[in-house]
Amino acid sequence: MSQSPFVTTVRQHFDAVADCVLQSLQGDEAATLNLNAEETLFVRFNNNRVRQNTNVEQIAMGLQLQGAGRTAAMSRTLSGKVEADCAAMLQMLTQCRDELAVLPPDPHQVPLENHGSSDETFSGQLLAPDAVVDAVVGPAQGCDMAGLYAAGSIVRANRNSKGQRHWFATQTFFMDYSLYNGSRAVKGSYAGTHWEPAQWAANLAHSKHLLALMDKPLQTVKPGQYRTYLAPRAVADLVGMMGWNALSASAWKQGRSPFKKLADKESRLSTQLHITENFGLGLTPRFNTLGEVSAPAVPLITAGELSTLLISSRTSKEFGLVANGANESEGPRALDMAPGSLEEKDVLRQLGTGLYLSNLHYLNWSDPVSARVTGMTRYACFWVENGEIVGPIKDMRWDESLYDALGDKLLALTTHTAIDPAVDTYYHRALGGSRTPGALIDNFTFTL
Amino acid sequence: MPHFDPQPALRHALQAAQWAGLRYSRESTQTRAVRNDAPEKNDTTLEEGAMCEVLIDGHFGYAATADLSNAGLQRAFDQAITTTRATAGHKVHPFTDAHRAAVQGVYQSPAQKPLATTPLALITDCLLAASKAMAIGDKVVNRSAHAAVIQTHIDYYSTNGTHTTQRFDMVDITVAATAAEGMQSQTRTWTHTGQFGGEVFDVAAFAQQGLRVATEALELLAAPNCPSGTMDLILMPDQMMLQIHESIGHPLELDRILGDERNYAGWSFVQPTDFGTLRYGSPLMHVTFDPTKQNAMASYAFDDGGSPARREFLIEGGVLKRGLGSVESQERTGLPGVANFRSSSWNRAPIDRMANVNLEPGTSSLDDMIASVEDGILMSTNRSWSIDDYRNKFQFGCEHGRLIKNGKLAGVVRNPNYRGVTVDFWNRLGAVGKDEATYGTLFCGKGEPSQVIRVGHSSPACLFRGVEVFGGQS
Repeated sequence: MSQSPFVTTVRQHFDAVADCVLQSLQGDEAATLNLNAEETLFVRFNNNRVRQNTNVEQIAMGLQLQGAGRTAAMSRTLSGKVEADCAAMLQMLTQCRDELAVLPPDPHQVPLENHGSSDETFSGQLLAPDAVVDAVVGPAQGCDMAGLYAAGSIVRANRNSKGQRHWFATQTFFMDYSLYNGSRAVKGSYAGTHWEPAQWAANLAHSKHLLALMDKPLQTVKPGQYRTYLAPRAVADLVGMMGWNALSASAWKQGRSPFKKLADKESRLSTQLHITENFGLGLTPRFNTLGEVSAPAVPLITAGELSTLLISSRTSKEFGLVANGANESEGPRALDMAPGSLEEKDVLRQLGTGLYLSNLHYLNWSDPVSARVTGMTRYACFWVENGEIVGPIKDMRWDESLYDALGDKLLALTTHTAIDPAVDTYYHRALGGSRTPGALIDNFTFTL
Repeated sequence: MPHFDPQPALRHALQAAQWAGLRYSRESTQTRAVRNDAPEKNDTTLEEGAMCEVLIDGHFGYAATADLSNAGLQRAFDQAITTTRATAGHKVHPFTDAHRAAVQGVYQSPAQKPLATTPLALITDCLLAASKAMAIGDKVVNRSAHAAVIQTHIDYYSTNGTHTTQRFDMVDITVAATAAEGMQSQTRTWTHTGQFGGEVFDVAAFAQQGLRVATEALELLAAPNCPSGTMDLILMPDQMMLQIHESIGHPLELDRILGDERNYAGWSFVQPTDFGTLRYGSPLMHVTFDPTKQNAMASYAFDDGGSPARREFLIEGGVLKRGLGSVESQERTGLPGVANFRSSSWNRAPIDRMANVNLEPGTSSLDDMIASVEDGILMSTNRSWSIDDYRNKFQFGCEHGRLIKNGKLAGVVRNPNYRGVTVDFWNRLGAVGKDEATYGTLFCGKGEPSQVIRVGHSSPACLFRGVEVFGGQS
């Protein structure tokens, strides 16, 4: 398997432009450079037909300049032409210097260091662009399928003036999709580094099977509290809220963390709950935009108690905490929730009578101080009686505190887990993701 | 003018395509932030590139590149041609070059003082003034102020003679105070977002807003929780913005109704047969799509397919009239739409977006509305938002609540929330204020691949009868 020509070209380009900038620093100046690049084919489907296809090639470089106790940052799109991009970045360096001259001192500036070097390149076997549509829609013939296929190379790289160098490149694809029978729908996802027609067909067949279960009579469930099973992807949605300030040390210190009670030992979660920032999942590089390298695994919640929040070096400087390689936003990049003891074959029986939720939708804090979250059910969600699926439900709104749902109300976690790779495509294709088990929860609160 | 000639590449594309277009975009965003009187962020981003678009066998396809040399543009067109040729046989609908208007024209944001010459030091001074004004007690634990200054230049060319040039000057300001004591915490914010110039950077105004939000954050910290129950609800314009956005704007997008968004943002409860017949809300409800609104965030002269932008009524007298759909969605549905084929940047293809969607002013004063409420609550400033994928069941939360008792404003309450179902809720509209205010956001998410786009919403305060209201646990 050969390395992508795009990745090879971008690497040469990054080195050339970075050399150009770093060799132009003056006096006590220090600089960090970050590169974010992708070569992606996006194909959007509706009703198993193509709505839009878009090829995107983009390279962006960021420069953070420190000097005289001040910090300025700039980033820009690069053209891919070395001479032009060197000139553009040197112009940006000049602009950063001009800004340093008018900015007040930055009391929380983190002096740049050499945090070492890393070099990882992963190759894949992707579909040729002109073969994508036939490969995707062929096995889905007769289905009402909507979704997005995205594939190509993604690069993240970092260098600084202290000699630090990091490189991460990967070739991946995902097909994030849903199947419909009228308004009844199921969600599916196929992702990896090597497109295998048989695996895509099997993935589709599983989704078709789930959709067939949706043929049962539609159930209307009144608002109230119900014993509820959240499948792994629904759990990923729920614990994903921890990335909205809950695990951020800076948010905690600023009075904005929904996990303040957890951090201050005023509250705790279930002893069954173990959450780790786990780069061993292989979903994202360990280095952040300062080039700091996280430990391979950082325990965040152990037996329901907070082990550590995510602490960036800037937060460390401001509040006197010990940094742990977190990125600037202090959100999890590879959240890993440990499995429990409930076997998949026993889920319906243990649920008994209640709700089986495959997916959640549009979550938001409804009362941050009590870590209360609201959201909707979506896709394959069922009413279950005596361990048997009765039928799909009409969408329901729920409103529940994480301190309760992942605290005293948490009955069991499953032995099986699912990896939910990031399929975000805002600005560029994301890296990262999470791994979660399913969760059986007592008296989950539904409101509308 | 962009520093390249697009015509050779467009002619190159015509060797294989029935039509070709090129949208050049250059955008600089300067972000300044201070927190607790210290600089927190000084960041400038420059994005520049071109989206090359081709029509082959009735299907539009795209390729984006930042290599603006003739060779780079031709290579992008070749990519678009190759992929589009392979996908056209599976297209959702056959289009023609008639779906790309042949137009010429210009647009310029109405800035009084050019952003390009606004000193960065003045912006920092404004933010520091706000931060310092919020320092009114130890319980105000976080004082943040943020400003983004955005300058965008978009040129659109096509092989059927289109050339439009649009220049946008935009400002997004947020000032926020967080007050905390024990386990309790409350945040109050002020935002000012729209197409403005440097005239908005006024040190005294920032200090005034800083003092106000800090004072109100402390009031919230000491306030009781919002009561629960069914009561009358007055929403101020800075919450009406969110209510309009989520429960009118998104469900009326024709691409959602067509199912393009089903796998991501979701579908819509609105059916094609509802246009012209559905009583969406009370007869007091008049809603427009208005890209001509002065200083609103999403004003423009042409959308990204070249369609000239005009003000249109979406809902008149409470009855649904028109959808938020571009020429492509209009062609696919046979329904009337608007010029809203918009993309977030050079690297994304346009889709149906809502732009400025406004609730037109009525005749009531705020005092009249309050006087008409026996038992109710007045809510300001969105804090939490969630709605289902059909845009029916919503739950929204606000930063600030005021009780209304026997026609008069009473005490402040914290953690005010309300929930409802879209059509039922809008039919509870009992009064519409006469004085509107305009708000906006940079971050409306939608699409596959995903895009965040700018929207604006103007509205007066509105009264809704008999709404389910509730507070927090703490």
